[in-house]
This record gives sequence, structure tokens and C-alpha cells, in this order.
Amino acid sequence: MALHWLLALMILGSLGVGLCMTGLPFSPARLKLYNWHKWAGVTILVLSTLRLLWRLTHRPPADVPMSARQQRAAHAAHAALYGLFFAVPLAGWAYSSAAGFPVVLFGVLPLPDFVGPDRALSESLKPLHQWLAYALAAVIAVHIVAALKHHFVDRDGLLLRMMPARRHGGAPVQPIRS
Amino acid sequence: MSSRTLFVLVPLFLALAGAGAQVALAQPRPAQLQAAGSEIAFTTRQMGVPVEGKFGQFSARVVLDPKKPESGNVNLTIDTASARFGSAELDAEVPKPIWLHAAGFPKATFQSSRIQAAGPGRFDVAGKLTIKGSTRDLVVPVQLAPAGANQVASGSFTIKRLDFKVGEAEWADTSMLANDVVVRFKLALAGLPPL
Repeated sequence: MALHWLLALMILGSLGVGLCMTGLPFSPARLKLYNWHKWAGVTILVLSTLRLLWRLTHRPPADVPMSARQQRAAHAAHAALYGLFFAVPLAGWAYSSAAGFPVVLFGVLPLPDFVGPDRALSESLKPLHQWLAYALAAVIAVHIVAALKHHFVDRDGLLLRMMPARRHGGAPVQPIRS
Repeated sequence: MSSRTLFVLVPLFLALAGAGAQVALAQPRPAQLQAAGSEIAFTTRQMGVPVEGKFGQFSARVVLDPKKPESGNVNLTIDTASARFGSAELDAEVPKPIWLHAAGFPKATFQSSRIQAAGPGRFDVAGKLTIKGSTRDLVVPVQLAPAGANQVASGSFTIKRLDFKVGEAEWADTSMLANDVVVRFKLALAGLPPL
């Protein structure tokens, strides 16, 4: 769950930076944003790998009561999210390499290029990365709307499962009296 | 023609021919630069990220007898508008005035002043490098090696971009864009005397 919120923050941040940076003129500020965006992308990739491993080795909590159709939709959305957690950063990484900018994590750790500099490839990877990111943003929007609907319309308390203090469904922490 | 005249003319002719040959020896014909197999590339560092560019257009006049390097000289000219990168954005950016200013300074040049032997097939070429109107003294280590019918002169050296005002205003910040630029070259030369 901590990974869920950390990744939520990083992914929304990266989507925002990604939207802003491409409109900037060629400048050090733009270069900084591009590099931060790439570092965030690689970090998202690493954290998503940990998260996927956790998910594969642990049984997720049971679904809250809902129709079979809703259940299928929820599971499909989760699968799409996981797929895009990998696809978006990988496409971005490949795009950067193809454009002749190897990714150097935090400015110190050079990462391998899995494609070499290639103008034509970079020009097709750019829209791929962009549209995968839009797709990710769209699925995230659906995910948020669905979660809010569960909580506030169905009143099934879904969001509470994702809150730190209620993790085990226990009572709220009692204030300490002195 | 009397035998006496011949007696005078023949040695005179031989002497002249000999002098001509000596001039030719002292100044061998310039080698021809072969575009195939030649390359001038450079690597900059942006926030630790190595970014490579190449010059598509350059010419060289190389006169060098590897056995008598001191008598040789090298003159290299690069079209500054021909810098190409992996991304079209950089291709469009680098000819601008704050970078190479290709419109105002269309050529970057290197003119040698002294060539010295520095080991088997190795030479130190001292000279002046001029980019964007600024000139700096430089010693370039060159390795010469046969490659097929040609000889390939190769090497690399590091220059400071700010010595040549490449990257002005906000780009003068070397924490964003390193001052050091590594230049690598490979010149395939035809018609160079053998090592």
C-alpha cells in the first residue's frame, strides 16, 4: 500500500512534468526537467517491479461486493495499469536512447541503451511514449473515479482499506491522555 | 652541338633536375582526404549525460612524410553548420549564435605549427585551433596506421568549450553542460608516404 501511494505520487508528478517540459524552449530549465522526468521514470520502473513481485507473491485483499461485470472491469483496469507502469517508462527510455541521450540515473549511474541512436526509431518511439502515457493517465482517471464511486456511492468503505491507520481494519488510534 | 657544349649542358641539367627533386622531397604532395572512413565527432556532457555529435563536412590538407614529420603541416577546416546529433532538435539548436554561430563563423580551423615524432606511428601535432573567432594553442596526439590502400590518422583531445564561447548566456553554467568537450577524429588519407 505504501508503494501504491508513492507510485501514485511519482506517476502523477511525471505525467505533469512530461506535459510541461515538451513545451519549453531549449534551455537549462528544460534540460533539468527532462532529466528529472527520466530519473523518475526509471525509479517508477524499479518500484513497479518490486510491487509486481509483491503482488505475485502475496494474495491481494478480496474484492468488495460488486457485480461480476464490475469485477471484470476492475481486474482489467488493474492489469492495464500494471502493464502501463512498465510500458510507459520503457518506451521513454528507448526513445531517449534512440535520440542520442543515454539515461544517466541521478546524473551518476549510466544505464545501458537497449537501442542505439537512430533518428527514424526515435521519431516513432516519441509518439508511442506519449500515447502510452495518455493511456496511463486515462486508466488512472477511471481507477480514481471507480474508487470514489465505491466509497461515496456504494458506501462500501473501499478507500479505508487504502489508508495507513485502518490497514488491519482496527479501530482508530486512541488519543493519548496525559 | 659540340661535345664540349654537351659536356657543360648535361651536368647543368642533372644539377637542375637534382635540385628540383630535392624541392619535391622537401615538400611532398598533399595527401587526399577520403570521406569514407573519415570522421570528426565530439562528446559533450549535459547533467552527466554524454551526448555525441558529428561534423558531416570537413576538409584537410595534410603534407607529411612520416620519416621527416618536422617538414609536414596539417590544415583542417570544418563546416560548423554540419554538426549532426541524434535528435533533430539539437541539429537545429547548435548552429545558433550562442553555440557555434554557423552564420557568422562558418568554418572552424586547425592550422599546425610544428609536427614532432612521438614514437612508432605517433606524432604530436602542435597548432592553433580557431572556433567562432577564438584561437587557442593545442597539441594533438596523432596515431598513424595503414588501412588498406590508405593511412588513417586518428586521435582524440579535449577542449574547453568556454574558451571558444560555445554555449553562452544561461548555457555558460558548466554544472549543466560540462566545459570539457572530447573531440575524436579519424582521417583516412590517400597518397601519404609510407611509415
